[in-house]
Amino acid sequence: MTDAITADRWQFGFTIMFHYLFPVLTMGLGVLIATLKTIELAKGDARYGIAARFWAKVFAITFGAGVVTGIPMEFQFGTNWSRFSHFAGGVVGQTLFMEGVFAFFAESSFLGIFLLGEGRVSRGVHWFSSVMVALGAVLSGFFIVATDAWMQRPAGYQIVGGRAELTSLWALLSNEFALWQYQHVISGSMVTAAMVMAGIGAYYLLARRFEEIGRISVRVGVVAGLIFSLVSLFPTGSMNGENVARYQPVKMAAMEGLFRTEEGAPIAIIGMPDTVKRELMDPLYIPRALSYLAYGDFRAKVVGLNDYPEDLQPPVELVYYAYHIMVGLGTIFIAVMAIAAFLLWRGALDRSRWFLWILMLAIPFPYIANQAGWIVAEVGRQPWAVYGLQKTADAISPNVSAGMTTFTLLGFMGLYALVGLLYLYLFGRIINRGPADTSEGAHAAPVPAEVHR
Amino acid sequence: MINAIWFVVLSFMLTGYAVLDGFDLGVGALHLILGRNSDERQTAIAAIGPVWNGNEVWLLAAGGSMVVAFPHLYAAAFSGFYLALMLVLWLLILRGLGIEFRHQVEDPLWHHVWDLAFSVSSLLLAVLFGVAFGNVLRGVPLDADGNFQGSFALLLNPFSILCGVLSIATLSLHGAAYLAMKTTGDLQARARSVVRSFWLAVTVLLVAVAAASFVVQPGFTGNFSRMPLLLVVPLVGIAALVAIPLYAGRQQDGRVFFATSALIAGTLGSAAAGLFPKLLPALEGSRYPALDIYNTASPPGSQQIALVIYLIGMAIVIVYLSKIYRVWRGKIRPGEAYHV
Repeated sequence: MTDAITADRWQFGFTIMFHYLFPVLTMGLGVLIATLKTIELAKGDARYGIAARFWAKVFAITFGAGVVTGIPMEFQFGTNWSRFSHFAGGVVGQTLFMEGVFAFFAESSFLGIFLLGEGRVSRGVHWFSSVMVALGAVLSGFFIVATDAWMQRPAGYQIVGGRAELTSLWALLSNEFALWQYQHVISGSMVTAAMVMAGIGAYYLLARRFEEIGRISVRVGVVAGLIFSLVSLFPTGSMNGENVARYQPVKMAAMEGLFRTEEGAPIAIIGMPDTVKRELMDPLYIPRALSYLAYGDFRAKVVGLNDYPEDLQPPVELVYYAYHIMVGLGTIFIAVMAIAAFLLWRGALDRSRWFLWILMLAIPFPYIANQAGWIVAEVGRQPWAVYGLQKTADAISPNVSAGMTTFTLLGFMGLYALVGLLYLYLFGRIINRGPADTSEGAHAAPVPAEVHR
Repeated sequence: MINAIWFVVLSFMLTGYAVLDGFDLGVGALHLILGRNSDERQTAIAAIGPVWNGNEVWLLAAGGSMVVAFPHLYAAAFSGFYLALMLVLWLLILRGLGIEFRHQVEDPLWHHVWDLAFSVSSLLLAVLFGVAFGNVLRGVPLDADGNFQGSFALLLNPFSILCGVLSIATLSLHGAAYLAMKTTGDLQARARSVVRSFWLAVTVLLVAVAAASFVVQPGFTGNFSRMPLLLVVPLVGIAALVAIPLYAGRQQDGRVFFATSALIAGTLGSAAAGLFPKLLPALEGSRYPALDIYNTASPPGSQQIALVIYLIGMAIVIVYLSKIYRVWRGKIRPGEAYHV
């Protein structure tokens, strides 16, 4: 890392990716916990309350890790990207600061009530606080995506004296790019939370521990997982893709590994981009599919990378693979969740131990898919920090050297390694202890014979 | 005009942060001294447990309002105070871990480690915020573009160190007042005695900082002589300072806490009133005038839209925050400590 720009990008990339491991779970899990609380209240079924309280423990440590790793994000705009702040602060400051005022205050204050205040407030207020926590988490996601969407496709601004001035808040918040990207992000977060819930529930059923909570978790997780893995593909994924094709065609070309401009361009299911020979190696194509998906016409012309100036192309390999990993995993999630939902519907999921294994082992993959999606969005935006307005290289702080950033990057790596280890340890501990309200003995009673098969 | 309103908003957000997270930091700084055993330390953390995170949001929201209203201040100050700010971020991470992870495992060694992390990070944060405050009052050497590079040699000057000491003393006083209000028994008795003993230290330090600030910033009194009404702000601080031992003598813990809050607000408010319209003064020999509310401002359209949003948003926030603080009013109840 000899130049400042490389060091700055590594630092931002590392800290944002590590941070996002936590909100990707809490946004979705907040909604699922509020759902459990609602079922408890509506049906008067105490088991759902126990499940909600159990998942709130997972939420609490995840939220804690998300908070401590989230604070550096906002401040890095000032420390390492001061020329970006200088140029775009008048616009992106708006959404960053709305996140604090409209989302963080609600989320953090009501979380205190939800986790610790059950003895001090009524049941209704406790339910309300779970809804506010979910709302705060999901809303904070919106402001961040709106910030990013402005960097992807600037809207509602004018340039005054070399800086961006906000002219319309509505245009900033209703940015066409933001709306689909946001729904796609939330959908991805819901899939993550649902698969974690279903996976841990499957573990309990496999281990024959806390089976009551295990069954509820599998049921809620599988239903939510099926819905949102479908929503991730259509409409949110495909509409987001159309936006990319419309506003960032060069990113689209990199995602698909399309080097030559073609009429009736194909989609490569697999294949390895060779950026020296400028072609895909060993590709497996679906003919004409890209033209149709991007422009709704099988013969539409899709411009390939070769027809863009070299200095305006994003790093092809990273964007290409990240996109294919995301789409590939997303497709597998749909298949897994569809089978799980079918087994659940037939009442056979509890007994299908082979499938419970799959659900349990699937837990890491939605994290990978979400991270890959963000790599497509952000690396694919390069070389721009703000699309068409400010290059990433012009966004960094002039008075912070590569050495300073490398030092703090190493500091973050060390500290986050600690955060990550502690989180995994505590996560495992919470899972191992299960819900405190059910004693292990009561549920380790003789197992019905058919479960043994 | 709108620039001036944003100056008030930013001062209000930073003061809100100092008053609210200030007692969290104070509780942390005193953590190893006041809590003599694991139960007492657990109680001390439980006293701030449900609110500390919301209090920290004031810092994020202050940062947000700085980006949107004075982006060049945000850019120059944060990149200029680079290493110091990174240190602050790392300490904030450690402190958060200490509060959130301590209670997760029932093990004496585990508790010790997080007690130490929580306490040391709170203590250093309190000092660092004071040092930052000192440097903002004193000014920094700005280059031709209004940027600077703040090495520790530059930032750690006698005046800022004095401010760091004042900060840790004041926030400890504030934290002790909070604990006296929220706890009972031995812990409360010790917190009360800290209030009494720290009060004198804070008074002496405050006089010293006030005197020294006239030396490092000779123009500091200008605003007050132009607008004598502003003198209300320091007078609030002085009244609060006088009130603390009176209330403490009568063991009116709630009022002591109110007074320490007013003391912090009065101190920071006086600094803001003296600085206006400057945001970051320039040291002698700088090639740029002070960063102020005009030359760091975002374009007027951005400031106007953001102000409307801010007023709506904070009105809602203050309504529900006051309701939530009412839920937590009164003493920590047994068994209410964080538990797994």
